[in-house]
Amino acid sequence: MSAHKQIDRRWIFLLIFICVALPLIFVIGLPIETTENSRLVYDLVQNTPPGSKVILSFDYDPGSKPELHPMATAVMKNCLERNVKVIITALWPMGVQMAEEIHEELKTEYPQMEYGVDYVNLGFKAGGMVTVQAMGKSFRTIFPTDLNGTSINELPIMNGVKNFDNIAFVCSFSAGDPGIKQWVQITHDTFGKPVTGGVTGVSAPAVLPYVNEQQQLTGLLAGLKGAAEYEFMVKKPGTATSGMDAQSIAHLLIIIFIAIGNINYWRNKKKEAKGGE
Amino acid sequence: MKRQIPLIITFLVGFIVIFSEFIPQRFFGQISSTLEEWFLIISGFAIILGQLSLFKVNFLKIKFKQPNWPYYIVTLISFVVMVGFGAFWGTETSSGFLGDGAKIVATLGDKPFDYLFHNVYQHLSATMFSLLAFFIASAAYRAFIARNVESNLLLIAAVLVMLGNTSLGSALTGWLPESLKFLHLPRISEFIMKYPNTAGQRAIMIGAGLGLIGSSLRIILGIERSYLGGK
Amino acid sequence: MKKTILLIFLSFSFFLFAESTFTVMDAPNDDGSALIINWNIDHPDLVKIVLQKEKANGEIVVLVETDQQFGKYVDGESVTAGTEYGYQLYAFDSADQQIAKYEGFGTAKVQWFNTNKISLLFMVVVLTAAIVYFIFSAKSGKELYIRKISGLESMDESVGRATEMGKPILFVPGILDLNDMQTIAGLTILGHLAVKTAQYDTKLIVPVCRSMVLSTAKEIVKESYLKAGRPDAYDPDSVFYLTDDQFGFVAGVDGIIVREKPAANFYLGAFYAESLILAETGFASGAIQTAGTAMPSQLPFFVAACDYTLIGEELFAASAYLSKEPHQLGSLKGQDLGKAIFVIVLTAGIIMEIFGIHFLKNFLTLH
Repeated sequence: MSAHKQIDRRWIFLLIFICVALPLIFVIGLPIETTENSRLVYDLVQNTPPGSKVILSFDYDPGSKPELHPMATAVMKNCLERNVKVIITALWPMGVQMAEEIHEELKTEYPQMEYGVDYVNLGFKAGGMVTVQAMGKSFRTIFPTDLNGTSINELPIMNGVKNFDNIAFVCSFSAGDPGIKQWVQITHDTFGKPVTGGVTGVSAPAVLPYVNEQQQLTGLLAGLKGAAEYEFMVKKPGTATSGMDAQSIAHLLIIIFIAIGNINYWRNKKKEAKGGE
Repeated sequence: MKRQIPLIITFLVGFIVIFSEFIPQRFFGQISSTLEEWFLIISGFAIILGQLSLFKVNFLKIKFKQPNWPYYIVTLISFVVMVGFGAFWGTETSSGFLGDGAKIVATLGDKPFDYLFHNVYQHLSATMFSLLAFFIASAAYRAFIARNVESNLLLIAAVLVMLGNTSLGSALTGWLPESLKFLHLPRISEFIMKYPNTAGQRAIMIGAGLGLIGSSLRIILGIERSYLGGK
Repeated sequence: MKKTILLIFLSFSFFLFAESTFTVMDAPNDDGSALIINWNIDHPDLVKIVLQKEKANGEIVVLVETDQQFGKYVDGESVTAGTEYGYQLYAFDSADQQIAKYEGFGTAKVQWFNTNKISLLFMVVVLTAAIVYFIFSAKSGKELYIRKISGLESMDESVGRATEMGKPILFVPGILDLNDMQTIAGLTILGHLAVKTAQYDTKLIVPVCRSMVLSTAKEIVKESYLKAGRPDAYDPDSVFYLTDDQFGFVAGVDGIIVREKPAANFYLGAFYAESLILAETGFASGAIQTAGTAMPSQLPFFVAACDYTLIGEELFAASAYLSKEPHQLGSLKGQDLGKAIFVIVLTAGIIMEIFGIHFLKNFLTLH
């Protein structure tokens, strides 16, 4: 790598820490502008008729929780407020825990919502693509019981849910494989059902090609910004909105670093040229 | 013969799995899922090898007091504690050898394994992930230097996308009249992500896909054997 | 006269019967485990539709209750190929009175070929043929030109530098299991690298994230030392398991980089968010770094923080490239031909779509 004299990395780390920590403590409330991809996700939920059933798949673990958890919470609450019934699944073992944390929140925030009637957690199933493929034919063979071991025949929400035909859309919060790609390839490409979801900021560029004219993905919530946009659209600011201040300031700082890096580079180059003469 | 049998198995399994993709017969459909199950079972047993390796490597380092040996004690203690708690009192959904540990749950509010999971493991994981924020900053500082035409393009695109993703970006160009809205920073950022970025990503994906097919064929046809060890 | 009467009857019957339909048919391209029920009920008083199925044991199961006058239902539950199933559809008015009943029977059949995937088969055959052709043509002694991949050319330099400095070499074969081709591609490169470290007597450190990868990597390194004629130099603990957990693994590897300060780091396999954490820590330790992955989202990080990066297909090509065996190199040529075909098909597709011809798009779309 470049041998040019540059700033000590630790200064960069310290400044980043300050710029991320301070806006989290003292919220500025910078305005948020929505992007088309986030609006598509929002519109999909809004246009789903009340009473419909949707799958929210928790395909992440604590590592990516800061980015994906706020959007999962916002989408789930939005669905329930619109009386869209939520069926929770997980392609990642830890995803179950993530969903359970939201479940705990719901218990206090929406006491009228009933488990098994308005939402259900079917738990984790290994196998990734094979599992999604099998769900397309029959739910019951893959998830005979919910997380607590209750037969899904006893859960009112699962009445009439046989396969993807009885589902309005699938929304995957995905931190990698298996995740949103598997849902797109099977649920949309094979069974023709709309698929949407959210991914971490770093993996968004790789998933964006699926938001295309064939609507393999109906919109995409990309990282914390996507989550903040969703919170903004449902008018419920949460952890993502407060995190956006920090992200904005950090981005700005990185741009300043890039500028300093370039100035240093050119200055060193000039010095070298002079030395050469 | 030692080399031939694995090669024959690879060839047969590879072709059966490829054909099963096109033949919707139940027998073929089951083969893929059965093989997937076998893989899970084998990796289940292999975990024991992994744990033994972890234990042995750390133990030897402590035994011979190699440099930084106290760190290895921390690893071993963490390993034993988590395994022990999980085995004795189980996890959220299962019981352990000693039942559910009602007394401990009353004190901690959770089973010991889950308590450590929620209060230690989750935070450590998130901490490691958040290191990315620091490293992205330092990597960006070095990488986005305007050396030549390509790096200039990269630099401009990066700054536009970053600005477009911040509230400052929308504030900077928010005043633009409707006829010039295409110059609005969030829109430019969206455009860059949607078209040039997607085109590049697709090209890499197609190339990688072809490479993957080529590698798979080399393995199925027995041309590539180095994964079996040696040539 | 007869014809006129027949025509009048047909037109009349069309109005009488053709408006409401109820069909049960076999789901195409499957293993005989599903039936498709379609309905289109045209009745002014219709408010509710109930679709039910009669099981083989005579039990009646309600499949759908809806207010939609037309719809489709795929019955994929307890359907056995070759058995006839009866379905009834009842239409109700606002007073919950039955206003119509329809009945249909269907038998699921097993198909031998999935016609939806014909384009996929076509592509598989063309690509396989191209690769096999070039392998045989290379075997027959034809000279093949393969462009230089600097990331692989620099491997000797990295090992040499580590030997000079008396420092170890770190190799990370990604964080996915052996069922991912990127891991296998990484391991094949490990084989070549281990031969070099055996020859130069340089310490090799291989932390792995999966137990299956552990066994394979151990075997590969052992064989490589044997091949290099240095079985005595092989250290069975040079390949070791850390943890299956993504960030736990990263913490472990970062610790190794900081403590052992390897002179050269190789990250070859499947990586996710940990890519930059590893590469930046390696950069800070001053190591020569070579990375390779087919994960498009991680490539920018590796490019920014490593000295050499194998982008996507280069990772898969590495083993063939390093082996220099003509038949392995032939397969790379086949891949190139495949790429040329893709470019032609893509261009043709764009032109056809501009002119409103959708044949190619429809042919290539998988349903």
